[in-house]
Amino acid sequence: MQNWISTIAVAAVLSAAGASAALAETTVGLLLPKSGVFAALGAEIDDGFMFALEEAGRVDEFTIVREDTEVKPPVGLAKARKLVLQDKVDTIVGVVSSGVLGAMRDFVHQAEVPLIVANAGNDHATGKSCSPYIVRVSFSNSQINRPMGEWMYEQGIRKIYTLAPDYAAGHQMIDGFAETFTAAGGEIVGGEFTPFGQTNDFGPYLTTARATNPDGIFVFYAGGEAIRFVKQYGSFDIKADVPLYGSGFLTSPLYVGAEGDAAIGVKASLHYVPTLDTPENNAFVAAFKARFDRMPSEYAVQGYDSARLLLGAIDAGATDRASIAAALPKVAYTGPRGPLEIDPATNNVVQNIYIYDTVKDGDGLTQKVVGQVNGVRDAVNGCKL
Amino acid sequence: MSDAAFWILQLLNALQYSMLLFLLSIGLTVIFGLLHFMNLAHGALYMMGAYIGISITSATGSFWAAFFLAPLAVTAIGAVLYFTLIRRLRNAGPMNQVLVTFGLIFVFLDIVRLGWGDIALGLDAPTALQGTTKFLSVSYPTYRFFIIGLGLVVMATLMTIVSRTQIGAMIRASVENDDMAAAMGINVGRLFFAVFCVGCALAGLAGVVAAPVFSATTGMGISILIPTLIVVVIGGLGSLQGAVVGSLIVGSIETIGAAVLPGVASILIYVLLAVILVVRPAGLIPARV
Repeated sequence: MQNWISTIAVAAVLSAAGASAALAETTVGLLLPKSGVFAALGAEIDDGFMFALEEAGRVDEFTIVREDTEVKPPVGLAKARKLVLQDKVDTIVGVVSSGVLGAMRDFVHQAEVPLIVANAGNDHATGKSCSPYIVRVSFSNSQINRPMGEWMYEQGIRKIYTLAPDYAAGHQMIDGFAETFTAAGGEIVGGEFTPFGQTNDFGPYLTTARATNPDGIFVFYAGGEAIRFVKQYGSFDIKADVPLYGSGFLTSPLYVGAEGDAAIGVKASLHYVPTLDTPENNAFVAAFKARFDRMPSEYAVQGYDSARLLLGAIDAGATDRASIAAALPKVAYTGPRGPLEIDPATNNVVQNIYIYDTVKDGDGLTQKVVGQVNGVRDAVNGCKL
Repeated sequence: MSDAAFWILQLLNALQYSMLLFLLSIGLTVIFGLLHFMNLAHGALYMMGAYIGISITSATGSFWAAFFLAPLAVTAIGAVLYFTLIRRLRNAGPMNQVLVTFGLIFVFLDIVRLGWGDIALGLDAPTALQGTTKFLSVSYPTYRFFIIGLGLVVMATLMTIVSRTQIGAMIRASVENDDMAAAMGINVGRLFFAVFCVGCALAGLAGVVAAPVFSATTGMGISILIPTLIVVVIGGLGSLQGAVVGSLIVGSIETIGAAVLPGVASILIYVLLAVILVVRPAGLIPARV
């Protein structure tokens, strides 16, 4: 009798412990900028991440610790340390700035904590400084732009002038484009890297670009600089002579509204466009709009896919840091962006790249897909996993 | 594009940027010259001008309503700052002034984030000023001509007031020696407040006028502060002519530098600043000789 009661008691305690464990099995550190120039992107990724957990009905399985990187590499590294050593997170998700990613790369690699990169596109993170613990679900800078070089040559464009901000991402975006464009037979007739975050007036650069008589201008700008650039480009009324092409962040749905009519006709390449007509994306966009009352941007999708990847790893039986890191690269599914898998050679995402035109739709602007390159995969670039 | 057209366009770009710098630096330099007060929050007032202008435009549907009302709204903000903080700090020494007004930049930055969000906003130029205008065989955006014209009008008006009117004489007297001016029966306190308000209104005007070209971002108040301070230091603290000369020099060097020597354009202006500080520490045209 005594034994019987104690057995029940032990079983009750065990099942209670099991139930509470089921409520929060995995601790996730969400490392995103909440202030500074990338704050809006951090908020989009956070929304996308939480939306995926809500959609799966599995918010309760996760304890989420949020930290602000402020777009400052030393702050990002300190916050990553805090998440790993103090909060004992099972995985870190986030990182918008490539600088922050560079600063914390060695730490997460040595601490053997899986990191799902939800934005930072620095080529080296899945190239020569790749790590088995760093899985990137967003994009690499050159991945987005390489397909654009070939596509533009096919459209009959031969002479291009390039502009981008003078920092790592700016150089990698332009290099990715120039590599395939010149390999196809196109010519870069000139280009400039503008001081990052200090260029208010693009007038002098636009005037210089025009003086080289190119068939078009190819640029990478994001955020406030993208709005400024596109609006100033529009004010010079040179669309007919020198059409504008770019990395898709230029006319992202997040801020194309602020660019207004100047953005019409700008053609750009990106890994996600909210108007993709696939059953997966239509369902995603409808649900996202119902929840947030706005269209999802590529950043929201990156947050969403980060969560999908993590859920996939856990469904495959992963429970701790080592098993999550091992399971993440094996997750593959068809999501809003199309088929998505992680390249086992680099841990970078393999995905479709879409070339889209910004067109008028009633009072607003929308994206019309005019080209598509399937399954774009980065070269190994010196990565040894 | 011919060589001549290229240079005409670049000169127009330089003039346009100089005029925006002038609108901003004149307020900063006059407030310093008269009140001996280093108001770093000037950049934040410029940002408020842009954001308030965007809100007024979307509420009324008219850019011109924003053009007149946003500077008034920024003046009101400036007046509140004057009575709560700046008047108390007038005798607190430059370090305290710099620290307090630098802190204000971050307060305004978060006010803007809470009120308008983190995503940069754009503003359309009024319909009449959209498109381009032909000038000396080149097409140049009409709105940029408008900025150049506005800068010249403000410049001429201020110069006339300062050099030809009684108010101007009182201002000059107070800048030269405020104790003596007070002894001569000038209400220096009230004059200071009036000048401070005009400085704030000009910052607000610069904000709303710049918004269609530069767009409105939460970082704009800080990023414009450095070129504005360089204009003030090069021109000479507190001097109207100094602000005119300084903004033309800085605007031209940044623009022509970006066109001719893009690799070193961003450091050229700092080199000039260093040279001026060594050769003429008081600036090219100082207010007090």
